[in-house]
This record gives sequence, structure tokens and C-alpha cells, in this order.
Amino acid sequence: MTSPTELVMITSILAMAFRMAAPLIYGTIGEAFAERCGVLNLGIEGMMLMGASAGFLVGYGTGDLWLGVGAAAVVGMMLGLVMAFFTVTLGAQQHVAGLGMTIACTGLSFYIYRISIVDVGGVPPHVKPFGTIPIPYLSDIPVLGDVIFNQHALIYIGIILVPLAAFILFKTRFGLSIRAVGENPSAADTAGINVFRIRYLCLAIAGGLSAVGGAWLSLSQSGMFLPGLTQGRGWVCIALVVFCNWSPLRILGGALLFGGIDALQLTMQGIGWRVPYQLFLMMPYVLTIIALVAVARRARAPAALLSSYKRED
Amino acid sequence: MAGFKITVERRLLPSKKLEIAAPILSILVALAISAIPISQGGVNPITGYYELFYGALGNKLSLTETFAMFSPLLLCGVAVALAFTCKFWNIGAEGQLYCGGLVAAFFAVNAGGLPAPVAIPLMLVAGFLGGGAWAAVPAVLKVKLKVDEVVTTLLGNWVMYYLVSAILFGPWRNPKTGWPESPIIADSTFYPILVPGSRFHFGIVVSLLIAVAFYIILKKTKWGFELLAIGGNPASSQAMGISVARQIVLAAIVSGGIAGLAGVGQVAGIHYHMKTDLSPGFGYTGVVIAMVGGLNPIGVVLASFLMAVVVQGTQAMHRATGVPWALAEVIQGIILLCLLVGIFFTKYRVRRVKA
Repeated sequence: MTSPTELVMITSILAMAFRMAAPLIYGTIGEAFAERCGVLNLGIEGMMLMGASAGFLVGYGTGDLWLGVGAAAVVGMMLGLVMAFFTVTLGAQQHVAGLGMTIACTGLSFYIYRISIVDVGGVPPHVKPFGTIPIPYLSDIPVLGDVIFNQHALIYIGIILVPLAAFILFKTRFGLSIRAVGENPSAADTAGINVFRIRYLCLAIAGGLSAVGGAWLSLSQSGMFLPGLTQGRGWVCIALVVFCNWSPLRILGGALLFGGIDALQLTMQGIGWRVPYQLFLMMPYVLTIIALVAVARRARAPAALLSSYKRED
Repeated sequence: MAGFKITVERRLLPSKKLEIAAPILSILVALAISAIPISQGGVNPITGYYELFYGALGNKLSLTETFAMFSPLLLCGVAVALAFTCKFWNIGAEGQLYCGGLVAAFFAVNAGGLPAPVAIPLMLVAGFLGGGAWAAVPAVLKVKLKVDEVVTTLLGNWVMYYLVSAILFGPWRNPKTGWPESPIIADSTFYPILVPGSRFHFGIVVSLLIAVAFYIILKKTKWGFELLAIGGNPASSQAMGISVARQIVLAAIVSGGIAGLAGVGQVAGIHYHMKTDLSPGFGYTGVVIAMVGGLNPIGVVLASFLMAVVVQGTQAMHRATGVPWALAEVIQGIILLCLLVGIFFTKYRVRRVKA
């Protein structure tokens, strides 16, 4: 039997796992849309940072955090369209364009923050972050209630997004088009699917979701913006989408696993255990490389990933 | 505009003139676009750019600092360009730099007693092997198991970063100061300072020699020819009798090794210990440099110098005008994105034709 203190601790770690998973869920579902249509979006890290920055600035300026989330989504979608312009319209190499987006957006996210907010010294400006919203009755369930049903609004939305994304990708015409474009763009084109429009749409979705994942960090988790706030979470999403085999339903489990590793590491540091926490932070990347090797023989990545499409007419 | 439509057609041969003009025009356009954030920051862009260029090139001290920045950038640029030449998309130069720095520092900390002419070459070899070994992993995974190297090299950066961090916060933590940095390296492994009173160190010579070696490899050797052939068409290279898999692994190792030398330079020329913040992203800027330089050795040298000016000059502009230093990344990113537009125009012709 577990003692009450252990139970409290387990509950707290699991609840924290959900909170650490939240930005990963948004970013990875976005990345899944991008990669399913054949575009590797290495701009994700920059887009998350821009979402965190824009979300904070609007939330701080207007006092309305939801306006901040909305602003992040709009900025992210616009950045997704820019990424689409480079990779779809110009047919630029995807990893190079993505890296360019990330470098520019990483700088821009802090630049815009810095010129918008007058430095007063001391404590950086902050907002009162989103609080938890207990769901009536369900939040009274022991353990589970606190872990799942007493969470931030953006976590609930994130959890709903998972089956929604799976439904869109696998049960709708739009989803079928996305997958067709990602597997064989010229066949999709012949079948009357507008390859360019699908890729533009998917990248807008990818950008918008990644940016909301970034806004989670500034508006829900910390209530402030700092340079490099994402700490490489965009790259964790790149890892996670591969780890989860480009499948939205697996993304929830994968994000909770990676988020759980993070929560465990933070808790152990919190209670003063001297653990090399870096080995925990390294885990998502190592696990993904192992997963890549394990599935290598039966490659499942969208076949057209990394290739641009030009109609030869 | 009625009666016209825009058509895009592929050029039969990429325009040679445009291949040279594209990077230059892209840089100019990028600087013009970057004037927008500068003026939004409350600074007249002309004043801003004056401070940038003066701060990077205006006097002896600033020029030596720009060269100290140029050295790791050039090495990373060559590392990426060499790998990209045979279409091994190595975006792991950052991790390879850290691995090279780590291995070299391990050697250099324990190299007391060896004279400098022995210690420094051995340290370079150690750093090269460290970076090369880290790049060999994704290369072998690519050729043996067809694991995509874009993802593995990128994720490898973070594995290496946390590994270095774990070592520096753990066994190597400085017992006196408590800082996460290795013990100081042996005196004999310090890179000689070539301009007294500055940080213009021996590593700058190393990086230029590597750039010359890259030129010779590409233009004069069979291996360079093979790398270019693989980059052009892997299948027909295989048919021509080139062992594509072996050359890709070899190129990855040399590429990682060169990035490792950038780590050696930062350890032995600048900091004199291994640090967690050894690089502010030189490996990623290396990708920008390789692309702006058109994977061409001379182009890479020029692009590295430009990026060194941008990074160093932005710090000067920051000090003089208060514009946030993050501008350096903004300019780098915009240059790369503008270049991608430029590359498009070298490959395609855009015309207005009668509908």
C-alpha cells in the first residue's frame, strides 16, 4: 500500500506530467499535420517562441489572456504561411528554410518583446497566469480528479485536440487529401487535389498550434516571457512526432511520457536529490533516435517528406 | 494587368551570373528588410548600420574580435558545406562542436608536461576525432538503416549538449568556484595569441588552413570529385563505381571533425576551459554560411566573415544605440530566407506573358 504522502507525491507528479506535456501536445499535433502533408517544419522552435512572445505581449497589454492566446494563434498561422511560401511556392529545401525561420523567429521573439516593454530593472513584467479550472464532480475523484480534471483550460483543449486531429486526418476528406499529398503529391494532383493549397493549409495549422503551445509557456506556465523560454521544446516535438509514428492518438501517450520524464526530474531536484537531471532531459532525444533505428527497416514516414513539389507542365 | 499572367519556368541551366549575384543581392535585400526592425527599435537604420560596421571593422581591437568570431563560424561553415556537397544534410555541427571541445579539453586538461608543439597538434587531433565520431553515428545509421540524418543530427545536438552539461555539473564541476566548467587546460595547450593584447589566436590560422584544404579537396582531389558526383546524382555515382555509402560516412566524419575543431578553438583560444555555453549556435549559423556561400570554399570564407561582422557588429550597435542584441539572429535568419528566394530565381525564370 502507498502511504498518503506518497499518494500526494504521485498525484503531483502525474498532474505535472500533464502540464509539461501540454506545449508538446500542441506543437506535435501541429508538426504531425505538417509532416503528414510532406513538409518537415524545422521552423517549429521559432514559431513556439513567437507564440510565447506575442501571446505574452498581447495578454500583458490588454489584460486578457485569451486575447493573448488568440494573437499567438494568428501570428503562428502567418508564420506557417511564410514557411509554406518558401517550401511550397519556392520549393526551397525544407530543413534549410525551417532553420532560417527558427533563427529569424528566435531573434525576433525577443527583439519584439524587448522593444515593446520598457526595461524597469528588477523583476521582469509578468501577468497572473491562467489558473486551474476544476471540473464539477469529476475533479473529486481521488488522484485522477487532480491529475486530469483540475487542470488549465489549455490542457483540456489540448486533450480534446488529440482525437479531433485523429478524426480529421483519418476520417475526413480533407485528412485523406493531406495524407495523399504527403505520400504521393503527383498522384494526388492527378486525382484533382490542390497540392499547394493543402500544404499551405497544413502549415498554417502547424504554425498556429505550435504558437499556442508556446503561448502556454508564457501565459499558463510562467506568466512571463524570457528569451529562449521554450528551451528546445520545439525540437522535442520534432522528436515526438517521429516517436509517435505520425499518429495523433499516440501523441497524447508520447507527450505524457516525455512530460512525465520532465516532471520526475523536476520533482527529484525539488526534494533535493542530486541526480544528473540532464540525463532525464536527454531522454526524449535518445528514445526517439532508438525508435528511429527500431522502425528503420519498415520506414513509415510520409513518403514525400522533405521533397518539394513542382508541376511539370 | 488584364491580359497577362505570370508564368514560372525552369531554366535549362542555372544562370551563372545570377548564381554569383543572388547571394550579394539577397544580402543587400536582407539588410534593407532588417532596417524595419532597427527603426522599430527607435534607431535610424543608417546610424544603426554605421555602428554595426564601425563596431565590427572600425579599429584594431574590434577587427581582432571580429576575427575571433570568424574562426568558429568559418569552421562550422566549411563543416556543413562539405557534408551538404554530398547531400549529407548535417545540421548537427553544433553537437559536433561540443563533442570536439569536450574531447580536446579532456586531453588538454591532462596534457601538462607536454611541450606546446606536441600538445597543440595532439589536441587538434583529439577534437577532430571527437567531432568526427559524433557525426559518424547518424552517417552510419543513414547508410546502413536509411535513418534520415536531418532528424538524427539535429537531435544529436541536444543529446551532446546535455551530456556535456551533465559532465560539467557533475564530475568536472570546478571544485574551487563551483562553476560548471572543466579545470583550466594545461598552459602548453593555450593557442598562441598572434596579435598582442587581443583575442586574435592561432585558431584563426587553423580555420583558414581548413578552408584552403576544403578548396583543394573539392577542386583537386578524386575524393572531392566523388563527393560532388554523389551530390549531383547518388544513383549514377554508384553506377560509376563510387562507393557512395563509404564516401558519405567519410564525409560526415570529416565534416564533424572540422566542426570539432571549432570547439577546440573556443576551448584553447578563448575560454581555456570546457564550458556549457561554448557556442551561441555557431553550428546553426554554419548552415546559413554554407548556403550563403553556395557550398563553395571561397563563398564560405566570405559568408563567414559577413556573419562574423553581423554578430560582432550587432553587439557594438547594441552598446551604442541600445537596440536589443537579438537583432543579430534576426538579420542572420532574414539573410538566409532572402537567399532562398535568390536561389529560386537562379533556377527559375518568372515571366509575364499574354494570356
